[in-house]
Amino acid sequence: MRIFWVALRKELIEQWRSYRLVVVGAVLLVFGFASPLLAKYGPEVIRLALPEGEEILKLIPSPTAADAVAQYLKNISQFGILLAVLMTMGSVAQEKDKGTAALMLVKPMPRGVFLAAKMVALGLTFAIGIFLAGAACYYYTMLIFEALSLPAWLALNGLLLLFILVYVALTLLCSTVSRSQVVSGALAFGFLVVLSVLGAVPRLGETMPGRLTTWAGGLIAGNGSSAWPALAVSVGLIFGALLVAWLILERQEL
Amino acid sequence: MVAIRIEGLHKRFGEVQALDGLGLAVEPGSVFGFLGPNGAGKTTTIRILAGLARADTGQAWIDGLEVAADRRRIAGRIGYLPQDPAFYPWMTAREFVDHVGRVFGLPAQERLARTDELLHLVGLAEVADRRVGGFSGGMGQRLGIAQALVNRPPVLLLDEPVSGLDPAGRKELLQLIERLRGECTVFMSTHILADVERVCDTVAIIDRGRLLAEAPQQELLGRYAVPAFEVEVENGLAEHLAAWAETIRSHSWVALVSLDRATARVVVNDVEIARRELLASAVAAGLVLDRYELVRPSLEDVFLRLVEGGGLV
Repeated sequence: MRIFWVALRKELIEQWRSYRLVVVGAVLLVFGFASPLLAKYGPEVIRLALPEGEEILKLIPSPTAADAVAQYLKNISQFGILLAVLMTMGSVAQEKDKGTAALMLVKPMPRGVFLAAKMVALGLTFAIGIFLAGAACYYYTMLIFEALSLPAWLALNGLLLLFILVYVALTLLCSTVSRSQVVSGALAFGFLVVLSVLGAVPRLGETMPGRLTTWAGGLIAGNGSSAWPALAVSVGLIFGALLVAWLILERQEL
Repeated sequence: MVAIRIEGLHKRFGEVQALDGLGLAVEPGSVFGFLGPNGAGKTTTIRILAGLARADTGQAWIDGLEVAADRRRIAGRIGYLPQDPAFYPWMTAREFVDHVGRVFGLPAQERLARTDELLHLVGLAEVADRRVGGFSGGMGQRLGIAQALVNRPPVLLLDEPVSGLDPAGRKELLQLIERLRGECTVFMSTHILADVERVCDTVAIIDRGRLLAEAPQQELLGRYAVPAFEVEVENGLAEHLAAWAETIRSHSWVALVSLDRATARVVVNDVEIARRELLASAVAAGLVLDRYELVRPSLEDVFLRLVEGGGLV
């Protein structure tokens, strides 16, 4: 356990000094407070920007807090996945390519700990990012529309974090397989496409990680159904990806 | 018990046979020079010993522990410097050595003291708080040595440790390695023969993944070094020298004649006959000599003879 804290300490300092934490936090924060603003003023922008804006505006229902939540879910999930791939694709591949992995892994640093520390550090980075985004969105939604149910909001953000962590774990696996961060990024986008396609398949799609965001949206509206199979599959994908990454790294020559 | 033992190591990369049944033993406390031309298998051997690569067949032991089976226990007993050490560029030198100390589980007080001691030892004390990303190759090499010594390893694996160092840095590092003699076993790969001659007490020469020779340095020189004379003339007489060199090649007591501008190196089979005949032959040929001497056999002679001749143990 001691060695895990040593590895995690290094990873957390790296998240900070390499500006990954700042980038993730800043991007998600921007979309956090922009989501309710876009929901509120989006129709207004249409009215001002288009010649027939007034007519179009009559067809659009008045924005509500639900629109702010929908914007938030859409923005954070899309940019969250993008950030997950970009921030993770070099984490192992780059260390192998440059030689730092070899230098550290000849020491009493188990390869599984090396990977686990990276996953936890990235998880904390995204947790902080989602916390900032969630807090900003909650506050602005309260100012512009109405206060949201706090427990439901926390649960929504928890599901959103889990959804993003699936892609962090899968990208970490890709980064372990490859020695190039470009290749690992390409493989991760391959996973993204596969999961998106599977998510569109009737019945099967109900168990895919993408279903978590639908569930999260329903939590606030109070009209959605739960998606426990999707949650189980997501957790399974995270641990499965880490397990496979560990088994591969154990056998790799560095 | 030997510090390092290798038996029948084979390793193939595609079509290339990097190691071809390599075997050797390294005595504890020695400074062991692991010599070979580029591509001989030196780095592959060290990577297998460090647990970073696996042999196709064969075994290796460090401190009595089998490398493939006891990777984690061995990790605490070795220090490893790769050929081109890489570090986290966002860390300072002090932070990196401290991080390595944490990995080895050194208590805080000891870690801080050891970090200072090592940075001072390798001459990085003044830049200890500068980020490693801005270090030159030589500074990186010094930091590589420091991190390899953090755990006071019984076995130190150094892959081309002086490459990238300036002459002063090279001298300092070789002095440091000399000081480690007796304290730990140093297994050092290099192709700089002068460095091996200076610090290594035992030498192994490999080529194409096979051991050509392994012995204490003096024994190796005695066994394989060939007697040679050097004849030097004025620069303007180089052509005469070359003509004379051609005439002596046919003598049975001459093994090899090589020319380097105004100097001829004559390797002989029989020193006594050469003492009588060589100088007389040069004078008879009308050469005006600047220098004529029986040169001390060098490791380079042994190395070239073994590697170019494909000699075996």
